[in-house]
Amino acid sequence: MHRYIAIIGICGVLAGCGSLKPWVKPYQRGYLADPIMSFEGDPVDSSYIKHVYEAREAARGGDGGSGGGCGCN
Amino acid sequence: MGVTNLLRLFGFTIKRLLAAFCVFQKLTVLAISFSIANSTFAATLSEERADIMYHSYDGGGIEITGPSILVRKNFKERVSVYGNYYVDQISSASIDVITSGASRYAEKRTEVSVGTEYLHDKTKLSLSGTTSEENDYEAETLTFGISQDFFGDMTTLSLGYSYGDDIVRNITDPDFEKYAQHRKYRFGLTQVITPKLIMGLSAETVNDQGFLNNPYRFIRIIKDGKQSRAGELYPNTRNSDAYGFRIKYFLPFRAALGMETRVFTDNWGIESNNSELNYIHPYKDQWTFATHLRTYSQTQASFFSDSFSYLPQQDFMARDKEMSEFDAFGFGLGVKYDVRSEWLSFFDKVTVNFKYDYIHFDYKTFRDMSQSMGEGAAFSPGEEPFYELKANVIRFFISAYY
Repeated sequence: MHRYIAIIGICGVLAGCGSLKPWVKPYQRGYLADPIMSFEGDPVDSSYIKHVYEAREAARGGDGGSGGGCGCN
Repeated sequence: MGVTNLLRLFGFTIKRLLAAFCVFQKLTVLAISFSIANSTFAATLSEERADIMYHSYDGGGIEITGPSILVRKNFKERVSVYGNYYVDQISSASIDVITSGASRYAEKRTEVSVGTEYLHDKTKLSLSGTTSEENDYEAETLTFGISQDFFGDMTTLSLGYSYGDDIVRNITDPDFEKYAQHRKYRFGLTQVITPKLIMGLSAETVNDQGFLNNPYRFIRIIKDGKQSRAGELYPNTRNSDAYGFRIKYFLPFRAALGMETRVFTDNWGIESNNSELNYIHPYKDQWTFATHLRTYSQTQASFFSDSFSYLPQQDFMARDKEMSEFDAFGFGLGVKYDVRSEWLSFFDKVTVNFKYDYIHFDYKTFRDMSQSMGEGAAFSPGEEPFYELKANVIRFFISAYY
């Protein structure tokens, strides 16, 4: 059910884009280009901490990927 | 060492690499057709950098330390390649090890990843392979990804697929060899909302098949006040869905405030959610401080029980604490220092980074069985307090940009 709601929502957003024009111009993206605005931060660190959580929690996915094996016995 | 041996070292067969290359080639054609429309602002490749990190996890009787080395090089702003070498040096006397009657053991897990990105206008293709080796577990993962910027580069849509193949062994039984496969399907959407606000949506479906439990873990049977052990029995398929949402805002002064949340559900009856609040604050020219708070909560798998009454009480039986109901709370602190020295001038930038995380796991249905073991134990089997685990996680790394 959640999947269908998400798909309908995304389609709605994308359909809405047809009648809209981009309102944030490239020259207005200085703040967004600042490294402190990155979602992932430093890749060597973010992949490590995701692995720490994935090895100890049942949840996985929805926030990036990591390799197999956990050394978690 | 011949080329074939070298490839074996990385865990890939030549056939698999060729198959992966064919898919990559097809995706390249798709990428070119995606980006017929010209643009003045194209997507960019990942940053050229090298990182060397020492990591340490200490919690619940487990100590895991090791290095991680990541090197990325770009060519003509079109192609990027990277390699990552990662080691977990494990020393474990966890609750699972102690209650199985075993003593502290040590092992090593080595993970090697290689990957490439290809950029064509606003389209980026990625292909990567990862191998992970332990003395009793081997895993190979191939990942494909494609992302496309559009709507004046305010929107980035990404799709990904990965396939993993695992071999599970048991060091106490040389004849034991089981297999598992993992398929992941990812969807991501990043949207610029205002010049200071960006958000991301992600969805990921994972399908696992094969031997999915840990061969060393066990269930306990409590009968007439006495406990005995038996092997766990898991289903051989698992399907899960996760949906994530994150948002980041550039504050009126130079600092960023972010929020992330994710919901997860699977066909084993586990539902979970986690949320994080993070804040990054540069100080003067060379320092950046970061902090975050994170909460996590999950329900237990339908076949989990801390103890069973008889065998076979049900078709599937598990006593993994990761399958139990629990909450977790954590916070993290980080500091980054931008080193500016003449002798490092051949790099664009060099940073020294330190990060610390504290995580507290509070189990709701998994008891501390060690407290009912041995002569004069304080508790009777099945009446022990619930287990809790406190972990300290440290990363120290140096990053060089060039």
